[in-house]
Amino acid sequence: MAPPSSRRSAGFSKRAQYSVFTGYLLAGLGALLGLGLLALSLWQPSSLAPIRGGTQDAVATVGEGPAAVRSAGNSTWEKLSGYFYAGSQNAALREEVELARIKLAEAEAVAQENERLKSLVALAESEIEPVAVTRLVGSSATSSRRFAYIAKGRINGVEVGMPVRSPRGVVGRVLEVARGSSRILLLTDSESVLPVRRSSDDTVAFAEGRGDGLVRIRLINLGLNPLEVGDVFVTSGAGGYYRPGVAVAVLNELTPDGGIARLVAAPAATDFVSVEPVYVPEAVEASETPERESINPAETED
Amino acid sequence: MRDRLRSPPRHSANRFGGGINRVQSPWRAQTIPYISIVMGSLLPFILLADVMPILPPLGFMMLIGWRIMRPGFLPLWVGVPLGAFDDLFSGQPFGSAILLWSIAMIILELVETRFPWRGFWQDWFTAGLALVIYILAAMAVSGATITSHMFLATIPQIVLTVLLYPLFARIIAWLDLFRLARARRVG
Repeated sequence: MAPPSSRRSAGFSKRAQYSVFTGYLLAGLGALLGLGLLALSLWQPSSLAPIRGGTQDAVATVGEGPAAVRSAGNSTWEKLSGYFYAGSQNAALREEVELARIKLAEAEAVAQENERLKSLVALAESEIEPVAVTRLVGSSATSSRRFAYIAKGRINGVEVGMPVRSPRGVVGRVLEVARGSSRILLLTDSESVLPVRRSSDDTVAFAEGRGDGLVRIRLINLGLNPLEVGDVFVTSGAGGYYRPGVAVAVLNELTPDGGIARLVAAPAATDFVSVEPVYVPEAVEASETPERESINPAETED
Repeated sequence: MRDRLRSPPRHSANRFGGGINRVQSPWRAQTIPYISIVMGSLLPFILLADVMPILPPLGFMMLIGWRIMRPGFLPLWVGVPLGAFDDLFSGQPFGSAILLWSIAMIILELVETRFPWRGFWQDWFTAGLALVIYILAAMAVSGATITSHMFLATIPQIVLTVLLYPLFARIIAWLDLFRLARARRVG
């Protein structure tokens, strides 16, 4: 039992009474201030970004160390687990096969894409140079939003809206840029929507984050659900942010309007991510819509 | 088992150790709680959670812990500066921790004036309740569209948070001993 000394009664002292009152008043005003700031940042999410940016820059550089340790730890763990099950090379081989499978599905998608493009006007397509190659240095590990941070920012040429991908597939999109760091909206966030298509044909859909690590595939053309478990989805290029044909997710479970899919590129397991330029900046500028509604089916280029 | 090779313990002037010519260091005594809360806010930033929220809100846990174990040390309005710092790194919209931490401080103060006698189990209950409400409220104001899946994804976090409170109570008790240690030599 705590002694009653923890009770700080103001008693008859006017001064003590006033200081208690002032404490409550300040705390109440602070809560009101918080409410105002909260409303402002929900209404205009980018308005308070500069405050966050500076401190984020400072901590993001500190995060580089743990990021390096994390990737080393990941590989060590993989080696250990590989040894534990079937020799140390098993893990490496398994990863390679997995990558090859994804690449195969992507190649299939590219072949299909080429076929379609040939029928259209010849579109000059070159290899895309990444704006920056970096590590994910941090994330919002306690919040129910899913953000990650990279230690590259405006001075490295990163801009809002740029897609972020790992060697395996899409990770997310740049949401906020500070001087030397940026915030990334991961695909698993509940506010993330990405236009995708099935790698084998032209079935288009939206991949929406659910907030629990899976994405929901929602078909645009409703009717009979043509999907099967194991289908690979790639970006369709609609909206202009992502270039088409990058692997996104593998279908796990069927639902009446599409399915539930697992992400191909788990951000925590990746070593390096690359920030790529916006695929068709004209399409993005033309849409001129707020960040969240930017993916507009009317803007599809196919 | 005691290490016999070590020199016998020096006679301490009180339970916070040190000799008779030692006093508490005012800097240490005044800053340790704030430093530990700020570190609690920073730590989750460095860990990478891509699937679901996994870590307890460490900053808020430290705040609640210090508030419960050292009533009256933290001023009532401390949720404003510390919450603002937490908001910079938590991924929540700016202002959510300022609001929720301030409200938590006010409510705990009001509850304490009504029920001044407390024990460990009651502390755990109070802290657990505050933490569960905080996590749910933070989810509500995070700007995400709340689905049942998201709610299910926070359950492991909530359970972990409530179960970790005794450990944090120990850590804070240890930090408190360190804070009040008679470290400064006089004369």
